[in-house]
Parts: sequence; structure tokens; C-alpha cells
Amino acid sequence: MVENWEPRIIAFFCNWCTYTAADLAGVSRLKYEPNTRVIRVMCSGRIDPQFVLAAFAHGADGVLIGGCHPNDCHYLEGNYKALRRARLMRRLLSDMGIEEERFRLEWISAAEGEKLREVVNDMVSKVRALGPLNLPSRFKEWDREVEVLQKEIEANSGGVDTCLTNQKLVSIGVPLAGVAKSQSST
Amino acid sequence: MAVDFKKKDVQAMADRSIAATLINGAIRTSEQEEMALLLRQKSKLIIAYGSCAQSGGVPALANQFAREELLHYVYDEAPSVHNSAGLRPQPELKDGDKTVLLPEFRNVVRSLDQVIDVDYYIPGCAPNPKLLKEALDAILTGKLPPKGAVLAPDKALCDNCPRIDSKPQDLKIGEFKRPHLSTIDPEICLLAQGFLCLGPATRSGCGERCIRGNMPCTGCFGPTSRVHDHGAKILSALTSSVAATEKNEIDRILEGIPDPVGTFYRYGLAKCLLRRKIGLTDSK
Repeated sequence: MVENWEPRIIAFFCNWCTYTAADLAGVSRLKYEPNTRVIRVMCSGRIDPQFVLAAFAHGADGVLIGGCHPNDCHYLEGNYKALRRARLMRRLLSDMGIEEERFRLEWISAAEGEKLREVVNDMVSKVRALGPLNLPSRFKEWDREVEVLQKEIEANSGGVDTCLTNQKLVSIGVPLAGVAKSQSST
Repeated sequence: MAVDFKKKDVQAMADRSIAATLINGAIRTSEQEEMALLLRQKSKLIIAYGSCAQSGGVPALANQFAREELLHYVYDEAPSVHNSAGLRPQPELKDGDKTVLLPEFRNVVRSLDQVIDVDYYIPGCAPNPKLLKEALDAILTGKLPPKGAVLAPDKALCDNCPRIDSKPQDLKIGEFKRPHLSTIDPEICLLAQGFLCLGPATRSGCGERCIRGNMPCTGCFGPTSRVHDHGAKILSALTSSVAATEKNEIDRILEGIPDPVGTFYRYGLAKCLLRRKIGLTDSK
């Protein structure tokens, strides 16, 4: 466990509402926890569930999505799509062992700088209580069981130039599944 | 011509002397790893053959459970098992001066490319013979795509589906029906009828055999090249079409998908960006 660990939360904020609220919070000099990394998207409906999973796989401890209130979406329907996806995503994440508090969808309108502060502070404190998720280091730990055999084989091939000795086992640190090229890099 | 190689015959071959090796199956034991490593050493091309090699296949669903849970069920709990002595397979057994070894049973199920460098993939559970023939032709004539390619069309199944004309432009799903509890119309788009068909996010090339057999696609060909996480993509495609805008109503409709992991990652949990359920207790 890293000393002085701080939660890292990836926050996908929609341009028209939540991102603007964050802006307002800034202009209003509101203080809140600095643990979010904000990524601006044009609409919460743009959030592909793959982004959420990739964020966790890359080391995020939490993912927050901020969008416009129902009926207020700049593109009319996008936030409903985000809601529908989020409802099943939280079940999927829970079935995969990721606690519910790590994934959150909130409607925060452009005028709600205060609400943004409340939501971020609340989420950071909940994730802090849960502890680090740290998937990259978990992947490394899981893959130790495969490294043992490979090292053994490398040791036994003693000087012979096999394509094995020139080629490390696939490093799974940050997998982008389905993209064989990145997975086969040494 | 039938051939029967022993491991020592393969070990005796020169490195990279085999033109192409097609390997099927997911990797879970140390023996499977060893064979994969050996074949990689001796082959110019490695082709991951089938869903298991490509993405873990159905065996990868075991990544939802700890190794000990699985062994406990199989050797202690299963209905037809009587094992009062609590016996378990052991990796090593010494009998006098003789030692018998069993492969290690890993904590994690892996796809082939999570263990060795893979050149090409032939998807499917099971792959289509036509695809296999085309792949062999490509190897023999040297007309292969860039390394890492999946040797199947790079389009979604919907594009080739015989029912495409009845797929609505604006899909609105009011209910997810279980195939065995409803009558399936053989002419109309399965999604339009409310059945969980993974066609929109699944690669084509299978000949749509399931659809033609009046059953929805279960996603065995995996994703197209533009998708990183197959299960997440199909989740996205299907849930965004749910015909409700209010949280409780959405949840009610989504109850028609009781097992999202099993449904969306049936053939590819090893390739989920999360790879495996978090928090399982691993054992040696």
C-alpha cells in the first residue's frame, strides 16, 4: 500500500452543464477536494462504457459522470442514454467486484457549482474509505504465476537463440483488449 | 494423412521451422502455457483459433470465481460427488522413488495472446470452416493482412443479417425476453422482438448460423477491430435503446438481463478491460 495514497477519480463532465458548473465553482473560489481529473465531453451520452472500464484498468479509483438534468440535455436525449447505460454498468461493475461507490452518475446543471462541490467531496470521502483499487498493480500480481514458467524456460534454453529468449511474455500492465499489437509489445 | 507428434518431436524441430500453428483453447494450466511457449518458439506464425484462444472463451467465465471456490465445488460440493476423504489432485505425488506430476492450475484464465505473441486470430465458437479455408489460403499464398489482424470480415453481424430489413432505425426495447419463454418470429429482427441479440456489436463472418436457426446471436465472434471491450460495447448498444427515461422504469426493464457478465462476456471475459473479478482470494 502506497504511503499517503490519495484517491484518483476520473470525472467525465458534459460541456454544457457539469463542466460549466465546475467552471462556476472555480470562479466562485469554492474549495473542494482536488482528487478529480476532469475530462470534458460534449454530452454525458458520449460516455462509452469502455471509457469507464478503461479508466479503472488504467488505475482510477473512481469514475464520476456529470450530465444535464433530465429534460435539459443540450442534445435532447443524450443524458437518458447515459442513465440507461449507467444503471446496467453499476450492476456489471458490482458483479466484477468493484464497489458501487466507485462509479457515480450525477445531474449537475451549469448553475450548480455548489452541488458539484458537494458531490466531489462526498465521492472522494467514500472512495478514500474504500481504499485504492489499483488495477494495474493487481494485474501485475496476477501475472506473476505465468512469469515463473517463462523464466524457467528462458534459463533452461541456455545460450540458444530462441525466439523465446528474445521475446518477453506479454506485459499485461495496461491491457487494451482486442488490439493485438499493443498486447504483443515487450 | 494423419500425424501424431509427441512433445519431444516438436522440441527437436528447429526454431521457427513450422510455417503456421493454429492453437485453440484458453490457457489455464502450466502445461498449456508450456505448450504455447514451445509452439511459439518453433513456429513462424501462431494463429489463435477459436473464441477460447482469442479471448478466453466460455472457460474464461471462471474468472468470476476464485480457484479454491471452483475446486471446492468440483471435488466437494457437486451433487454427484462423494469425496468424504476430501481428496484433491496434487501437483506432485511421490511413490517410493517415483514422482508423478500434474500441471499447475492457475488462478486466472488467459487468452492465448496473454501468454505468447500471437500473429492472427480466427474467431468463433466454433470458427466457420470457410474462414479456416480462407486463412490457410492466405498463409499459403502469402497474402496475409498486417500482423494482429482477425481473419474475418471487419463488419458487425447486423450488416449481413437476413433480417436486417426489419431492424428498426430507432430501436426501443420495452422488455428483454428470454428465448426459451417466448415464441420467436423467424422473420423479424430479434432485437426488435425484444430478444437479447448481440449482433450489433459482434463481428460477422459466421454465416449468421444462429439467426438462421431462429436464435439470437450470443457474440462468439468477438468484437470488430474498432472495439476494445466487447462486453462493454454491447452493453452500451443495448441499454441505450431501453424505452424508458426514468430510473426505476429503466431498472425494471434491465431486470430482463439477470447476469450482465455472463451475457455480455460469454466468450471473452479474459479480454474484458477488467480481465477478472476483483477481490478474489488467490491461492498457490
